[in-house]
Order: sequence, then structure tokens, then C-alpha cells
Amino acid sequence: MTATRFWLALPLVILTLVVALLLSWRPLDRFTSSAPPVENANVESVRLTGGLISLTLRTDGSEPVIVAQVQVDGAYRTFTATPQTPSAWLGRTRIDIPYPWISGEAHHIALVTGTGVVVNHTIEVAQETPALDGTSLALLAAVGTLLGLVPVAIGLLAWPAMRSISQGGLNFLLALTIGLLVFLLIDTIGEGLEEAAETIGRLRGPVLFWAILALTTLILLALGRRQGRAPEGLALAGFIALGIGLHNLGEGLAVGAALATGSAALATYLVIGFTIHNVTEGIGIAAPLARERPRLVDFIWLAALAGLPAIIGTIIGTQAVSPLWIAVCFAIGAGAIVQVIIEVGALMTRRAGIGQLLSLPVVAGVTVGLAVMYATALLV
Amino acid sequence: MVDGEACGEFSRRGFLRSVAVASATVPLATGAVLAQSAADGHSAHSGRDEGSNTVVGEVDYAKNGFDPHAILTDWDKGAVSTNADGRIVREWTITAVDHEFEVAPGVKFAGWTYNGRVPGPTLRCTEGEWLRIKFQNGSTHPHSMHFHGIHAARMDGVPGAGLVDPGGEFTYEFEAKPFGCHLYHCHAVPLKRHIHKGLYGAFIVDPDPLRHPEARDKAAARLLGSPENARWQELLMVMNGFDTNFDDENEFYAVNSIPFAYFNKPIRIDKTRPVRIYLINITEFDPINSLHLHAHFYDFYDHGTTLDPTNRMIDTIMMCQAQRGILEFSFENHEPGLYMFHAHQSEFAELGWMSHFEVV
Ligand SMILES: [Cu+2]
Repeated sequence: MTATRFWLALPLVILTLVVALLLSWRPLDRFTSSAPPVENANVESVRLTGGLISLTLRTDGSEPVIVAQVQVDGAYRTFTATPQTPSAWLGRTRIDIPYPWISGEAHHIALVTGTGVVVNHTIEVAQETPALDGTSLALLAAVGTLLGLVPVAIGLLAWPAMRSISQGGLNFLLALTIGLLVFLLIDTIGEGLEEAAETIGRLRGPVLFWAILALTTLILLALGRRQGRAPEGLALAGFIALGIGLHNLGEGLAVGAALATGSAALATYLVIGFTIHNVTEGIGIAAPLARERPRLVDFIWLAALAGLPAIIGTIIGTQAVSPLWIAVCFAIGAGAIVQVIIEVGALMTRRAGIGQLLSLPVVAGVTVGLAVMYATALLV
Repeated sequence: MVDGEACGEFSRRGFLRSVAVASATVPLATGAVLAQSAADGHSAHSGRDEGSNTVVGEVDYAKNGFDPHAILTDWDKGAVSTNADGRIVREWTITAVDHEFEVAPGVKFAGWTYNGRVPGPTLRCTEGEWLRIKFQNGSTHPHSMHFHGIHAARMDGVPGAGLVDPGGEFTYEFEAKPFGCHLYHCHAVPLKRHIHKGLYGAFIVDPDPLRHPEARDKAAARLLGSPENARWQELLMVMNGFDTNFDDENEFYAVNSIPFAYFNKPIRIDKTRPVRIYLINITEFDPINSLHLHAHFYDFYDHGTTLDPTNRMIDTIMMCQAQRGILEFSFENHEPGLYMFHAHQSEFAELGWMSHFEVV
């Protein structure tokens, strides 16, 4: 026992000594003595309100990154920084610039740090960040409902038609679900990695994205099988709804962000596109229930689980969320989708045998699922 | 009166600001608000801070070792003696030093300088004198002093003729000619880098009235220290820029190095006395720079090498790099107030080359 403890402690002690030595002796200083401090800074979010531009800046470096001066459209402007000196390691500071920004036009911002480094950020289309008062909350909730809840509910309406379906037909439907899930997975990963790439280097956004994705899949797989059996029927439908719901959270964020930063016209098309697109998701959720006898209340919570996150996402999305959190949301969504792809695949394998996985209805189902999702995505 | 109003506005804004933002804020330069509100004429009509086009905070001139307001008038006349032939000899010692200074509030710039200041010392002499400039290189790079004047090839301050290695020394010697508003700068390569880092300064040769009997009074008015010169308010303005992130574009523009220095703290002008500006453009990277004076027109002497204006009644002069000249005007018939002058490249103006005369 004592020996075990000793051998556990020894590596720790040696590691501590090595770190202490590096910090006190600083052998690398002769290579870096003439180098200016490393400065990384990244504009994470922008809020535009009446006559004021507010930026959230993520900073990181060997010394605190201090924004000394601020240019808007190539002119120095008065501003405040809160706090003025962020921490060196993953610091955060808010820059408030009183400026008569012009709705619908682009503005270029350049932050000059204490060492003369310039951090550029472009506001592509300036648009007032919606205030979260009663009216706009109701409006955003309505958009979220149209985006998530309504189409899923429409899709679920196809359930009665599935009840009399043949085994081949059911396989087709399940395969279609896989097809649409694969499409959503690719879409979610793409968007998530894009957001992850916008985070500052030290946060290692892409690595974090993949790790959270894998963890989510593992946790959901374990949860689904905690009674020793793979989820089927209502439970499987629930997991599909959860996966789609988490994905819709990301979609909501995208629409919210479009409302906040893009043009209203773009947001309208996004909503129409997503609504049509998401009807397919309702069909996917209903597919495992074809041989079941669910109650009406089950349909309600399935629709809520898949659809309501879109509302939350839309509201949050308008409030200039940091790309790191959007990437985390997408990672969780993608992880949940991987889990349901595995479980739907497992269900089909159990029902029809592994050989059936490459049968005509299944291949056709996957193809149609992908094709329908792609085609409706063209509307977005 | 204007001050009182502006101060009231400042404190009210400051109060609102400190309430709105709980923790540390960057204080606005008092001068900035003063200048801005006075210039725009919009007094406090709303509680909202509308911001203004200037830098935030103040440069520590004491720590920098030079003050743009002092540079306006600190003519360096050197040490004067008379040689065996009875000729006046003027001598200076100039040292090149690497010097990091605050180029704008809070922004450090690793400069290369003459005597620790940018622009370097304003060397002022009279035509016909024998000049001796002892140049010591205390920097970590080879440098030189290349004078815009008339001199021998071996005194040209270029590689092979007066380029000095770190720790070395060289004495440039030549006659002060022609009279005019000139400059000197380092001519080591790469030229762009050595100039924009800060190695330049003014070299002013006053005309000798005895040599210009046909225009004796005009020459005397230009001769520093003469009774005719005493009434003139003479100012040195070196238009320059700084590229702080080495992308071959200037982040800051100014006259005498510090952006908005004369905008936030105007240059005081006595309206009863005429004004003469020695204007030099040493801006790197941009092909031209300019000076536009508000509400007024001036006479211009290109290179300062004539006693009669080369341009009369203009309010904007455009200069390429190393071009320079003398501006003369008077506010005698103007009412007191703040009069702007700035580069009429809006880009340069909004990035720092924006100034005020406060005519009293
Ligand atoms: Cu040099």
C-alpha cells in the first residue's frame, strides 16, 4: 500500500520540480527575449444598440492584451473597455464604442493593442440587436414554434398512415430516418466546426467539438441501454426526438443570429426553409412507432422535445452568443444524432437481420432521406 | 466660458458613464471633449455619449522624453564658434538610439531615433555658415544622417559615405546652403524601415539678409533672432505616420508624431502676430500628405528656398515624401476661436492628423 502510494506520488513530485525549474530558470528566454509578447484576440460577439457598438473580445497571450485604441471605419473613436486589463490567460473584455452606426451597412472595426497589433472585425450588415422585451420575445417564440414545433407535429401526423405498412415499407421508413439523420449529422458537424474555428487558439475549438460529440454519443448510448436492452418503440422515438431537438437548438441559434446580424429577408427564407425541411424530421420520429400504440400525450411530448429547443435557440441566437457555446451546442446535437443513427441501425438489424441492411428498400430509404433533406435544404 | 460648458458636459457624461459601467473605464481626455464639443458646436443636448473622433487617454510625454508641443518651437542652434578665417562654425552632436516610446495613448512603438525623439532635433542655422554634425551611432543597427542640402558626395550619409555602424561615429561637414526648410533622415537600407521607425528631423537654413540686398527685409524676417523675426510665431510641423503592426500601412498619422496631440490640446496663437510654419512631409508608405487650414488662406514657399511665395492664397498644400515648405498667414482679421487644420486625406485626419489653432 505504502509502496503504491510512493510510486503514485513520485511522478507528481518530479513533474512539479520540472515545472518549477522551467519557471525559475527560464531557459527559453534567450530565444524570446527580443520578441514582443504573444497576443491573441478574437471578437466573439457584437451587440448593436442605439448609437452604441459593444464587442466582446476574447484575449489570450503571454501578457494581458490591452485594447489601447479603437478605430471604426478607419477613424479613431472614444470607447470604454471593461475590464481595461483582462487576465492574460483566456481573458475577456467588453469594448463599448459610442458610434452612430448605420442600419443595413457594413462597419469595419480595428482594435489597436498596447503593442500596436491590430485586431480586425467586420460587421457585415449592421442591425439593431433585438431587445428581449415582451413583444420581441413573443415574436421570437412564434418564429421558433414555426421552425421546430409545427413541422415536427405535421410530420407526426403521418403516423396513422404507417400503421398498416408492410415490413419492407417499415424498413424503408427507418432507412429514410437514417438518411435524414446522416444529413443532419453532416450539416451539424459542418456548422459546429465552423463556429469552433472562430474561437481563440488556446480553447482548441475543433478538438473540444469532437470530444463533446463523442462523449454525448457514449452517454446517450449508455442511458438508452441502461436496462440492458437497446431502446425501441417509444423510447427510440424519444431519443430521435432528443437528437433532432438538439440539432434544432443549433438551427434556432442560426436563425436567431441571422435575425440579429443579417437581414430580415434572409431570416424569413431561413424560417420557410427550415419549416419545410423539418417536416421530414417528424416522419423520422414517428417511424419507430409504426407498430406501437402510443397515446396522444406521447406525440405531444415528442413534438415538444424535438421542436421546443428551436424556440430557445432562436431567442438565445439573437443575443450575440460566443461561437464557443454555439459550437458546444452543435457538438451535443451531433453526438445525439450519432446515437440515434446507431440505435435505428441496430433496430433494423435486429428486426430484419444484418443482410437486410443492404436490401433495396433500405438503400432506397437512405437515398430518399438524404435526397429529400438536401432538396429541402436548398430552400434554406 | 467655452471651457466651463465643456467641463460641465464632461462631468455629467463621466458621471453617467461611471454609473453605467461599474468597473474600470478608460477616462476620456478632458481636452478631447473640450475640443470636440467646442468644434462641433453641439453642446450637451442629450445624456447619451455620442463619442468623438480621437484617441482615448493621454501619452506620457515625460516618459517618452519628448513633447509635441515643445517640438513646435525648440530650435536647436548648436554650438557656435568662429574659425581662423572668421567664418561662423556651427556644431551639433547627434546620437542614434533605439527608443521605445508611446506613439499614441497606451500604444508602444519600438522606435529608432535621433537623440531619443521623433522627429529628431530641429537643426537651425544661417546660410553660409560652416556646419559640423558629429553623428554617433548608439543604436543596434547601422544608421546615417542624409541631409537635404548642398554638400560633397562623401558627406551624403549613404552607404559608403557616412553610414555609421553601431558604436561608430562620423562627422558630416558642409556649408549651410541653400536657405530654406529642409530635412535630414537616415539613408541606411532598407530605407522604408529606417525612415518609418523614426530617423528624421528638420534642417532649417535661414537666409542671410546681407546676401539678399534686394529683399533684405524679407530675409531678415526669416532669420531667427533678428528684430524683424521677433514678431513671427514660428512653428515646426513634421507630418509623419507610424506602422505599429508592420503591414506597410500606418496605423497612426500625426504632425510631430503624436496623433490628435494638437486636436486635444490646441496650439495657442496670438492673433496680433503673423504665423510661419515650417512644414515637412516624411510620411512613409503613402505617396502624399497635405495640410489644409480652415477658414483661412496662406502663402506658400515651396522648399522655403525663395523669398517670394511660390503659391499665393491657397488653403491646401499637397506634398510628396521629403517635400517641404513654409506657410505664412495671419489671424489678425479673424475673430478668436478654434481653427482646425489637418491633412485633407480624410483617412489621415481620422487616424490622427487632425489639429486646432486656438486663436486668442
Ligand atoms: Cu537607419
